[in-house]
Amino acid sequence: MSKVIKLRKGLDINLVGAAERVLTKCPAAASYALVPDHYRGVTPKLLVKVGDKVKAGSPLFFSKENPEVLFTSPVSGEVSAVNRGDKRKILSVVVTPDGQNQSENFDVCPLAELTRDRVKETMLRAGFWPMLIQRPFGIIAKTDATPKAIFISGLDTAPLAPDLNFLVQDQGEHIIAGLEVLKKLTDGKVHLTVGTDTTAGVLSRIKQAEVHHIEGPHPAGNVGVQIAQIDPINKGDVVWTVELQHVAMIGRLFQTGAVDMSKVVALTGSEVVKPHYFKVVSGALITSITDGNLRPKTPREERGVRVISGNPLTGLKVEPNEVEGYLGFYHNQITVIPEGNKYEFLGWAMPRLNKFSVSHSYFSWLTPKKKYNLDTNLNGGPRAFVQTGIYDKVLPMNIYPLYLIKAIMAGDIDKMENLGIYEILEEDVALCEFIDPSKNEWQATVSQGIELMIKELN
Amino acid sequence: MKGLRNYLNKIKPNFEKGGKYARFGATFEAFESFLFVPDTVTKKGAHIRDDMDLKRTMTVVIIALLPALLFGMFNVGYQHNLAIGNAEATVMQNFWFGFLKVLPIIVVSYVVGLGIEFIFAQIRGHEVNEGFLVSGMLIPMIMPVNCPLWIVAVATAFAVIVGKEMFGGTGMNIFNPALLARAFIFFAYPTSISGNEVWVAGLKNGLQTIDGYSGATPLSDAAAAMSSGAQSIDWSMSTTPIDWFYGLIPGSIGETSTLAILIGAVILIWTGVGSWRIMVSCVAGGLAMGGLFNLIGANVLMDIPAWYHLIIGGFAFGTVFMATDPVTAAQTNRGKWIYGFLIGLLAVLTRVVNPGYPEGMMLAILFMNAMVPLIDYYVVQGNVKRRLKRAKANA
Repeated sequence: MSKVIKLRKGLDINLVGAAERVLTKCPAAASYALVPDHYRGVTPKLLVKVGDKVKAGSPLFFSKENPEVLFTSPVSGEVSAVNRGDKRKILSVVVTPDGQNQSENFDVCPLAELTRDRVKETMLRAGFWPMLIQRPFGIIAKTDATPKAIFISGLDTAPLAPDLNFLVQDQGEHIIAGLEVLKKLTDGKVHLTVGTDTTAGVLSRIKQAEVHHIEGPHPAGNVGVQIAQIDPINKGDVVWTVELQHVAMIGRLFQTGAVDMSKVVALTGSEVVKPHYFKVVSGALITSITDGNLRPKTPREERGVRVISGNPLTGLKVEPNEVEGYLGFYHNQITVIPEGNKYEFLGWAMPRLNKFSVSHSYFSWLTPKKKYNLDTNLNGGPRAFVQTGIYDKVLPMNIYPLYLIKAIMAGDIDKMENLGIYEILEEDVALCEFIDPSKNEWQATVSQGIELMIKELN
Repeated sequence: MKGLRNYLNKIKPNFEKGGKYARFGATFEAFESFLFVPDTVTKKGAHIRDDMDLKRTMTVVIIALLPALLFGMFNVGYQHNLAIGNAEATVMQNFWFGFLKVLPIIVVSYVVGLGIEFIFAQIRGHEVNEGFLVSGMLIPMIMPVNCPLWIVAVATAFAVIVGKEMFGGTGMNIFNPALLARAFIFFAYPTSISGNEVWVAGLKNGLQTIDGYSGATPLSDAAAAMSSGAQSIDWSMSTTPIDWFYGLIPGSIGETSTLAILIGAVILIWTGVGSWRIMVSCVAGGLAMGGLFNLIGANVLMDIPAWYHLIIGGFAFGTVFMATDPVTAAQTNRGKWIYGFLIGLLAVLTRVVNPGYPEGMMLAILFMNAMVPLIDYYVVQGNVKRRLKRAKANA
């Protein structure tokens, strides 16, 4: 075993409703969709119209910014809706499945004979290119770039996160194939970082990548944190990251020639009756997965729930409708937690024994093993930054988070660059946002900063 | 509680945009969010949030201040009775006397300060910041008990307007507002905050004292010995370091008891609200400078054992409650070490080389407040340089 990266900074948030290691095959969802907002910086240009028949892997739209990049249907069926919002912005392209599981076909050849151009062409055509995320900035990889290295995280440490080893338990050979394919795309190495407790899982058997071991609290599983430990991003560097289940999908594509976007997601959260894992297809309607699995409401309760595609720190809030209520392209998890839209009498002065806080002014430090049921209440009002020195404790990177976030707020490009904007994405400051007593919106601020940088650099 | 909530819900529309009292919106919000944690939910980013907010943070500081405040009230009565030779007074009598003396100062400080805060929040359309809850308590605690109330009021107004609101409110200010209030009095009304008469209730107004009672603080004893060219310091009322540690000496209301302040320090450090780095380095700085003077030993002031400095005057109070104000202190961990160390060093330096003004802690902290951006700039610049170097090494 190679050297273990040990992180001391960070924070594990124990929540009620972690998924049990049980896998259920989810019946086909009522509809599947691609939501352009799930990708950064994509203006969709439609290639289909309502009523068109499509197969899995048939293109639905392409990116105006990068016309080679196609976005394809995850299932076969009929395009049933193109939902538009203000200024005719495309919100989602919906496909109603026909249950026939037909796929576009792509030529297969032995992996050893694959060339970079061929990998690129197949991935672009099959709509797999958006699985490649480019850093800095977390955009879909530029088609003309060659990354310094490719990073894959083999563990997820976010609250209620699924066990990645469990997600890919029967995908070992596909992951190996996927890694071989990815190696064609870079001149450097393909890095896979796994946890130290995964000795029995699929990932422990993988030798086809540069394997690293990491140990420590969240955000140890964030690929950005791992990159910072292994080979930090400098100005001018380009690295790619790929989500683990996407590696398996890429492997399947190049082994079978068919588009199979099925994946396993965890349905988690305190509002879920029996949190466990589901086998679904990418882009599934979230209510098809959650229906029948949520805690029933008694008539007297006014309680609302929040459905999140992703984990409670970084996920996307989804409305349970057929416009945008679809599983995020990069998400392995659906979380359902209670809404916190209720008042609490003198709450800030109370002992609040059942609440979680990093601060010792509450008592959750007494019960480190206890699982908490947190709702979406902001627990305070937005203020200017006051407290210092707390944010550094949850960001295991060589970065001064408070200075970086202030530079972003000020829109100072030079400072942002100097203080490390190339090394982080929203998810990396999610814990800063969680603990912030001044209730500032760190992730939204980082998004603005990244958008500003992209604009400035073009 | 439900009834109160329903009532607030009923009157709330009046204070919202377009309502009858819309211009008091911020005031209503302040009271409402004081009574009830608002029902606001997260919109973007992290869906769940920690329970810590600024109200809680400030409450922790207030709780940490309480031991020093309560002891201060007792000591006001104790010193008064000591001065008039009333040895019979019980603890409760002493406390009650002090309570009645100190309460008006606290009330004036809060009424003036919060009044201005509310007005500014209203004008700006902001929520009312909690920061003054702490400043409003700190101001009385660093005042001599004889300070006239109108001076407290003027100083508080100056501190809030010039020290805080001019910069944009809590979180934006450069100087510690409470210390600014004290500095304002020190320069504008020096007679009400220096000399031997101001520290004991009634002494200035011709209180009949027993023989030998001067009301001098250990610091003024030391300064007096220096100016009279004495060979050793004659501590008034024959107090010993253990009295200074417990705080049974004249001084500003909250500053005398190092013991009570230490209790506060433990609370601040344990809850993480106050920075232990600043406190430790500040003490280290004071000891280092005091030790250096001990080695030189050129006069009586330099001969004061270094550790005496920690328990006399405002050193302990400043270290624990003033220097650690997160807004005006250094924001980087390395910066905090430098900042604290220099405060301790400068405070003792001022005490020893400038006996004309024995209490150096206030000016040391204010001076270092001004230096904070510079310290942090170089610390952060170190990080920037490492990043650039790494980029160059890879290129």
